Amino acid sequence: MIDLAPILAKFPPVKHDAAANALIVPQALALEVAKWLRDDPAYRMDYASNVAGVDTLPVEKKTKVKQPDGTDKEIVTKKPGSMEVVYHLYSMALKHGPITIKQVTTRENPVVTSLTPIYRGAEFQEREAFDLYGIQFEGHPDLRRILMWDEFKDFPMRKDYVEPDDYEYEPTPHDAVLAKAKAHYPKASTSTEAAS
Amino acid sequence: MSTETIAPREYQIYSGDDLRTNVLEISMGPQHPSTHGVFRMDVSLDGETVVKLKPVFGYLHRNHEKIAETTSYLGSMPYTDRLDYFCSMTNNWAYALAVEKMAGLAVPERAEYIRVIMAELTRLQNHASLVGFLTNDLGASGTPLLYAIREREHILDLFEWASGARMMCNYMRFGGVRNDLPSGWLAQCKKVVDDFPAFMDEFETLLTGNEIILSRCQNVGVLPRDLAINASITGPCLRASGVDYDLRKVDKYGIYDRFDFKVPLGSVGDCYDRFMIRLLEMRESVKILKQALATIPEGPVNDSKARNFRPKPAEAYGRIEGPKGELGFYLVSDGTPKPHRYHVRPPSFINLTVLEDMCLGQKIADAVIVLGSIDIVLGEVDR
Amino acid sequence: MTLLPTNTSFAADEGLRSELQKAGVFVVSLEWVYNWGRKSSIWPLGFGIACCAIEMICTAAARFDLSRFGAEVFRPSPRQADLMIVAGTVTKKMAPQVIRLYNQMPEPKYVIAMGACAISGGPFKQGYNVLKGVDRFIPVDVHIPGCPPRPEALLHALMTLQRKIENQRTLGSDARRTNPAYRGENRECPIPEFGEHDLVPPYNPEVWKPHTIVREA
Ligand code: SF4
Repeated sequence: MIDLAPILAKFPPVKHDAAANALIVPQALALEVAKWLRDDPAYRMDYASNVAGVDTLPVEKKTKVKQPDGTDKEIVTKKPGSMEVVYHLYSMALKHGPITIKQVTTRENPVVTSLTPIYRGAEFQEREAFDLYGIQFEGHPDLRRILMWDEFKDFPMRKDYVEPDDYEYEPTPHDAVLAKAKAHYPKASTSTEAAS
Repeated sequence: MSTETIAPREYQIYSGDDLRTNVLEISMGPQHPSTHGVFRMDVSLDGETVVKLKPVFGYLHRNHEKIAETTSYLGSMPYTDRLDYFCSMTNNWAYALAVEKMAGLAVPERAEYIRVIMAELTRLQNHASLVGFLTNDLGASGTPLLYAIREREHILDLFEWASGARMMCNYMRFGGVRNDLPSGWLAQCKKVVDDFPAFMDEFETLLTGNEIILSRCQNVGVLPRDLAINASITGPCLRASGVDYDLRKVDKYGIYDRFDFKVPLGSVGDCYDRFMIRLLEMRESVKILKQALATIPEGPVNDSKARNFRPKPAEAYGRIEGPKGELGFYLVSDGTPKPHRYHVRPPSFINLTVLEDMCLGQKIADAVIVLGSIDIVLGEVDR
Repeated sequence: MTLLPTNTSFAADEGLRSELQKAGVFVVSLEWVYNWGRKSSIWPLGFGIACCAIEMICTAAARFDLSRFGAEVFRPSPRQADLMIVAGTVTKKMAPQVIRLYNQMPEPKYVIAMGACAISGGPFKQGYNVLKGVDRFIPVDVHIPGCPPRPEALLHALMTLQRKIENQRTLGSDARRTNPAYRGENRECPIPEFGEHDLVPPYNPEVWKPHTIVREA
């Protein structure tokens, strides 16, 4: 485990997410933090191994709470959705790691700072996150679609992506595939209508 | 900004008065006899010299990550086989390792040994075929490739015997491997491993001193050390540039700390170094295999409780040294039986970052060799 | 192997023919010779898409040896090939290229769909970028199931195709009726465009019709 305290001390706006042991870096500071991590002799995080986008849908949870007068009251707790970009940094020089950096943004207007100016290895992976999640990377030298074709409009890895209906027949569909099959094949109307 | 990172070199077009050329743009691929699978490069040429090269991906984008997020953890195991379809065993291992890290599962001793044996066999056949394909790109149409595939068949037979399939093994499980080795397997494996050096000698006599290979690979597609690190290159390509970074030594995952082996390093970082690194790594793999086969203990091979489980909300990044580089899996669990996020860190995809840098200023015919020496598999590049 | 295809109207005395054979004289129809030549020198297009292509290479290599069937000459150019082995997952991004290659092959041409992916999308059929079977766009002669099909399965597919070629009429007025290559019609398949959400059109209605199944109400 790498000691993260010096980073938190040097950059107070950086938060520590203890559950994931990750640093949550605000966008304005991302380049600076990454550059410092790369060049600081104690860290030398010269190798950005992995870059991944993560999409979380907003969740609504309904809980029933008994009121003192005996009636039930519904309490709705809402957790907003989010869009994250996760970087895993290692050091090839000192052979340690990882330090996980996260940039969190909104689902409606996902914009983060590109770390490609510091790590060239992030170039294609950031393009991939842009292609599949629609996350804008500010400062990326060549932000284009990478896996899907240029005319494509959707962002298919988002959790609320609806794919085109090109269902292929399957004899025993189940779960999500069954739902797709039902949506694809027409329902028989009532027999009188069919006869007419 | 461009001063921060190491940007591609600018290549100057010669524009003396005596000679005028126009830049010619060629789209090589996705169907092309030399590209490895459906890979496309948009190349700009000045005469025969590459002045710009942009890789185009996505012709084999099979939505592995999206499908994995709609199925159970175990359900993704067969899909990992199809990432890098030469190396299903190491793909299985990387995924199992990430899940084990997230869920805190332990692996029995014998299973660890089996994993090492399978991974090193995979490395042998991957490197042998790669050298075959590379020489195929060089114009040695068929012969070395046929030799390599002949040898690969012996290893595939071993895989088939243990797992039931030649290529898509689906053999590793969370907390071990699917089934124990059949009786007689180890003896046959010993025989294959013992015979392998003879093939390597034959292969090396045929290739390493070959005039054509020397003149076409040496000082072609040089990858400088600093650029290799900055661009997150991993695996044999990184080590050919002289960076000592092998996850088997660095992370010591599995039981790799018990074996005695060396990490070959290159000095120039050209195609020839990348080619030689593969040959040398095969020798080291044979060494590891011999040690593992001699010391493999008896015992259980998996933990039958870890079938369809529901990990606690957590996230993990597990990585191994695949034959092509660092293969990593990033998993986020939200407490349901399906992963919330499932991400693959594909080595061949990221190794292509420097393709343009290595090809600028080279001839178009050399671009094909540079690509061949990186060792990509499209199933993994596009996923 | 029958020397005479069963569908020829070639009348020769059975006994006379076997007598002649003993003397080294073979009486066959020109069509038989022609088809025998065609089926024994199928030139496939060297065209690998995904994992199945590796099994295709293994089939061509020394152990399984595709050249025993005269089909080892993998041509890099579609203009010189008469068989397209679709070995792997055809994605939507790749589909226009596959169809273009098919269109560029000269007649008579054949297609083998190798592997579950090429047949129906296979393990990846739930993917948003995966074409659910190459037969949505081009006509397929032989389907081989498997993921990947073993080299033996590919050999079997090749033999099935040889049987098909053997029985095709190439001479006479019948040829036009039974063999699409001799109908002189335009066998080019339309190439779909990249749309905003999917390929446009999503399939070629001339070669593929969606299943219609009506669900119980
Ligand atoms: S059928 Fe299986 S082996 Fe063949 S391309 Fe598809 S996934 Fe790969």
